[in-house]
Amino acid sequence: MISTRNIQFSYGKGTEFNFPDITAQRGETLLITGGSGKGKTTLLHLLGGLLKPQSGEIRIEDTNLPTLSDKKLDRFRGQNIGLVLQQSYFVESLSVEENVVLASWLATGRQAVQKARQLLEQLGLKDQMHKLPSQLSIGQQQRASIARALINEPKLLLADEPTSSLDDENAFIVADMLSGLAKQYGTALVIVTHDQRLKDRFSNQITLS
Amino acid sequence: MITKIAWRNIWFKPLNTLLSIILLTASVAIITLLILLQNQFEKKFNSNIDGIDLVLGAQGSPLQLILSSVYQVDAPTGNINYTEAKKWMDHPFVETAIPLAFGDNYRGFRIVGTTPDYLKKYDAKIQQGKIFSTNFEVVIGSAVAEKMKLKIGDTFFGSHGDSEEGEVHKDHAYKVVGISAETGKVVDNLILCNIQSVWAMHDHDHAEGEEHSHDEHEHHEAAGEVHNHDEHDHDHENEEAHNHTEEIQISEEGKEITAVLIKMKNKPALLSWQFMIPMNTKMQAASPGKEINRLFGLFGIGLQALQYLAYGIMLISGISIFIALYNTLKERKYEFALLRVNGASRFQLLALVLIESLLLCITGFLFGTIVGRIALVLISGSSEEEFKMSFNPLEFVWEKEGYLFLLTIFVGILAAVIPAVKAYSLNISKTLANA
Repeated sequence: MISTRNIQFSYGKGTEFNFPDITAQRGETLLITGGSGKGKTTLLHLLGGLLKPQSGEIRIEDTNLPTLSDKKLDRFRGQNIGLVLQQSYFVESLSVEENVVLASWLATGRQAVQKARQLLEQLGLKDQMHKLPSQLSIGQQQRASIARALINEPKLLLADEPTSSLDDENAFIVADMLSGLAKQYGTALVIVTHDQRLKDRFSNQITLS
Repeated sequence: MITKIAWRNIWFKPLNTLLSIILLTASVAIITLLILLQNQFEKKFNSNIDGIDLVLGAQGSPLQLILSSVYQVDAPTGNINYTEAKKWMDHPFVETAIPLAFGDNYRGFRIVGTTPDYLKKYDAKIQQGKIFSTNFEVVIGSAVAEKMKLKIGDTFFGSHGDSEEGEVHKDHAYKVVGISAETGKVVDNLILCNIQSVWAMHDHDHAEGEEHSHDEHEHHEAAGEVHNHDEHDHDHENEEAHNHTEEIQISEEGKEITAVLIKMKNKPALLSWQFMIPMNTKMQAASPGKEINRLFGLFGIGLQALQYLAYGIMLISGISIFIALYNTLKERKYEFALLRVNGASRFQLLALVLIESLLLCITGFLFGTIVGRIALVLISGSSEEEFKMSFNPLEFVWEKEGYLFLLTIFVGILAAVIPAVKAYSLNISKTLANA
């Protein structure tokens, strides 16, 4: 589970964010919405340990992220946090399967090949495994990046506008997959979005203002 | 795993990679070639002058004298009077004196009249047969035996002068009585006989005449022109009758030889002899060490220029690697941010960029050493034909090539430093937020 308390963050002059406290249990999905400039992505990066807050607590299970050193944070992020972005990035020279395996190696030092295949199969990418990421469609790339985010069975899965570049059909497929897999792996899922389609789909919402 | 990603990354952009590797290969190949050439060249030149303090020969270019009489590559400067040379050869200051008389060749291999001391000087053991003892018996070098497929007991005719096309002496055939072991020195490519053979072979052509007629003759020979012996045949027939049979010893009186290799007992006399001999006689005394240093000095400039060129190419290849890495950094920063999100440390990204550059450099170095050696084989082929000098491409000059390897690695690190540090200090949040 993830819970935050009194997070404050500032990029320097002028812009200062005070985020509401959030909580998401294992297997639960939380939608964070809000207009642009309200700090949606900033909050997501804070939750993912990519940014450090000026003050406040971000607890994932028993770990308080802001207290970790840079090096420990890298490790913790690799093992416990999965990230799905609006646009998917891959190591272009590696195949889809290798990209997913790489994520397991970076986090644990072991190459979970079997698990990667199983995940990709589950996400309907059985025939795309050995292609290069650039040969996949946007929707397929998005699913591949979900497989990568889940390979280490993270405690927290973060998704930043995961559906905004997809058509209706694919958007619902991806949304269903995310919430379904979160339940299956007992992962807390936090989605940041302004996508109306998702707002209708998930009831547990927080709006930043 | 990082190395695997690096390897896959460099081949993901094959054209960039190819350019960098080609440049590196070119520079490493040139430098390797120079290292090997210089090393083997110097070794060959120095091993051949071991134990020769002075070379006595006709006046002219001292370098030409050394090249012709020690290395057997240039035309001789001319002939010297044997009686006159003998005075110096028997001097108490002299430890050994080996006379050399050039006259003929067999298919480009020089036939040299000398004494058995010559073989001893080069530590050339007789592998088969025996040393020449009577006229027209020859000992052939190992390379001659191999290339001309000559065996003990075979006979052949020599051609006059330096070039294969010279007039063939049909009167006397040379007979192979011995084959010397391989030494890696000039003797491998020579056919050796006693001096009397050379005299006897040419005696009927021009029995002792006036000095100038010989000079003229030698002049032609030096220029490599075909000499028409028949013209002389009847000119001097009244002078001191000469036997055409090889069995009878030929008097040394008035005979000529080409050069004498001298080893001195009294080293301090070396310098004074170099002045004394040309002042008092028609001969000169050249120091092989001095002349060879002069020669190395001459083409040292050329080698140096090539070396600078090679280092220049290496610099360019370093810049090419730098540009390739730096340019792709822009597209790859998302990839890097993603690796960080997946748990990669800053240091692993630094390592990734460095390893990519080093892989290029190591590949370039390997190709370079191979290409350099292939070039050496080609050069060796043509130098073998022209100068009877071959190079061994499989030799490794560990020290210098080791330095070259370190230099290549250094170029690789230098080219990667800025991109690697940029990857190291990448701000993940900012990169992903601006996506």
